[in-house]
Amino acid sequence: MLEIRDLHATVEGTEILKGINLTINPGEVHAIMGPNGAGKSTLSSVLAGRDGYEVTQGTITFEGQDLLEMEVEDRARAGMLMGFQYPVEIPGVKNIYLLKSALNAQREARGEEEIPSPEFMKLVKEKLEFMRMDTSFLQRAVNEGFSGGEKKRNEILQMLVLQPKLALLDEIDSGLDIDAMKTVSHGVNSLRSENRSILLVTHYQRILNHIEPDQVHVLIDGRIARSGDKQLALRVEDEGYEWIHQESAA
Amino acid sequence: MATEEMEQLVQREYKQGFVTDIESDTVPPGLDESVIAFISHKKGEPQWMLDWRLEAFHQWQTMKAPSWAHLDYPPIDYQAISYYSAPKKPEDGPQSLDEVDPKLLETYEKLGIPLHEQAALAGVAVDAVFDSVSVTTTFKETLAEAGVIFCSISEAIRDYPELVQAYLGSVVPRGDNFFAALNSAVFTDGSFVYVPEGVECPMELSTYFRINAANTGQFERTLIVCDKRAQVSYLEGCTAPQRDENQLHAAVVELVALEDAYIKYSTVQNWYPGDEDGKGGIYNFVTKRGDCRGDRSKICWTQVETGSAITWKYPSCMLRGNDSVGEFYSVAVTNGRQQADTGTKMIHIGKNTRSTIVSKGIAAGRSNQSYRGLVKMTPRATGSRNFTQCDSLLIGDQCGAHTFPYQEIGNSKSTVEHEATTSKIGDDQLFYCQSRGISEEDAVNMIVNGFCKDVFQELPMEFAVEAEALLGVTLEGSVG
Repeated sequence: MLEIRDLHATVEGTEILKGINLTINPGEVHAIMGPNGAGKSTLSSVLAGRDGYEVTQGTITFEGQDLLEMEVEDRARAGMLMGFQYPVEIPGVKNIYLLKSALNAQREARGEEEIPSPEFMKLVKEKLEFMRMDTSFLQRAVNEGFSGGEKKRNEILQMLVLQPKLALLDEIDSGLDIDAMKTVSHGVNSLRSENRSILLVTHYQRILNHIEPDQVHVLIDGRIARSGDKQLALRVEDEGYEWIHQESAA
Repeated sequence: MATEEMEQLVQREYKQGFVTDIESDTVPPGLDESVIAFISHKKGEPQWMLDWRLEAFHQWQTMKAPSWAHLDYPPIDYQAISYYSAPKKPEDGPQSLDEVDPKLLETYEKLGIPLHEQAALAGVAVDAVFDSVSVTTTFKETLAEAGVIFCSISEAIRDYPELVQAYLGSVVPRGDNFFAALNSAVFTDGSFVYVPEGVECPMELSTYFRINAANTGQFERTLIVCDKRAQVSYLEGCTAPQRDENQLHAAVVELVALEDAYIKYSTVQNWYPGDEDGKGGIYNFVTKRGDCRGDRSKICWTQVETGSAITWKYPSCMLRGNDSVGEFYSVAVTNGRQQADTGTKMIHIGKNTRSTIVSKGIAAGRSNQSYRGLVKMTPRATGSRNFTQCDSLLIGDQCGAHTFPYQEIGNSKSTVEHEATTSKIGDDQLFYCQSRGISEEDAVNMIVNGFCKDVFQELPMEFAVEAEALLGVTLEGSVG
């Protein structure tokens, strides 16, 4: 699904990622943890294709394609979708409109017809219910005046409608109370399938109590310092990152 | 021969030329009383109309072109302009669509304009412009039944002189400003609407239908009168880019709303903006004013401005009647080298009058635009309210947006609210949409349309749909 090889990236001339290697197979859920400044958000941004991040070395392959050569919109159309930590507000643009445009852009890329409106409404309503969101939400402007929890739920809603092959979730748990966390996790878990992979980038372990990862990677100073199963995440929660730092330095 | 004599001779020949040329279709460049007499004669106007024009001309001669607008253009030589030319003969125009600028046709295509209309818009000689003769007949019958008068201003001067005399110049006086005075002296055509007492006009009136007004865009004069309790919705212009040989346009629009009357005036203006360097674009200097003369009357201006090289335009409302309402909703889009200085004036005179201003400016490319608005509360206008919201959106970093709000508050029992924002089209917003698989161009479109939503929802339905498509075409290639 996703293959990252020796990835180096700089931001404004400073090297942040210093040789990342990561393989995600279909059906797997991976979590990337790490202290502040380790390069988590840089990794997310490089994967999403945000401007201002320069890849100086290494490769990223998504479904056999060179991801770094793909435009932002083409990444999404190929099935890689990013759930943002801070989704931006777009005044005047209704949620339903964004959702439909996004879905139709993907369908067009796959050579499919536009989705008929009744079918689309049925799909969206079903997913809204799943995310415990009111239908009035569709008529609101994208993320405008949304609470932190609503924004995150909206990101997951988009995932449920767009059904990506690879879902990237950047700090999806930040700013969530326990109820919202449960709803969001419920949504993410429903995405789990044999053919779909999920990459969670998170600062805290607690989301992993709700979304159980197959593999956990600890990112320190631009490199994956340690990989393991969810026991690794639990140990990080108890002991922090210092021990990994010391072990890898030793 | 001395230079002086030569000049006199040239002058004389010119005047003679005019006299002998009375049957011809075009006057030579220049403006004097004889040219005005020629126009009036051509139109078969009564003496009072000619006198009115001449009076306007005399006022114009004492006036100077305004220089306060935030616009930059070379001085206009008013003596180098021809003030009358009969509609073009078919053989002068392109003979088929093959001879028309392919870029223009491409735009028509994108806007979904039918082929026969494309031909008409591009100035191709076609026998039946818009195959709408039957439509025209039907709508004329419907209007006649309701007692609504809808005709060209020239016809109105001939057929309804008492109405025209009562209202022409009563909202925009002849000497109101430089361009209005010029228009009053030399206007060649435009529309006239009269909706009688208690009548709700049974259909939306559109210049689009009144196709005989082709080629009168240069100095257009429009007068709309709504009698007591009458209502009308008027649509001006169309979304297709219109070309015109005349670079200078100076239109005047006057609206009169008597007691409990309601006039909704919607414009989509898309004159040729010139080439990439701004060459050949239309200079559009327009005076539009509505007079809420009666109590509880209402006038609503909605405009979508995307064309012209230069736009100078401030549709305004005189809120004279008590409890009268004025509204102004505007979207102005500039790209390339376009310049627009546009806004509104809300003059509160009656008690408990209300006005709303919503202005959305979008600047892209190397364009420049300004919102200029005046809200005036006279001492008598107690209990009055204004709400102004003006937002600017910048695309790229070579364009400019400016806001010049003026407020004159003459009493302490009125409320004036003003909100303004300027934002750059967010890279973050674009990125967000793109990360959902939406192309950059569609994303810009989506964001801009979202920005303009408050105004578009004021437009009549079919205009709103066209306006959205138009915005997309206008801003094409403005990002990246």
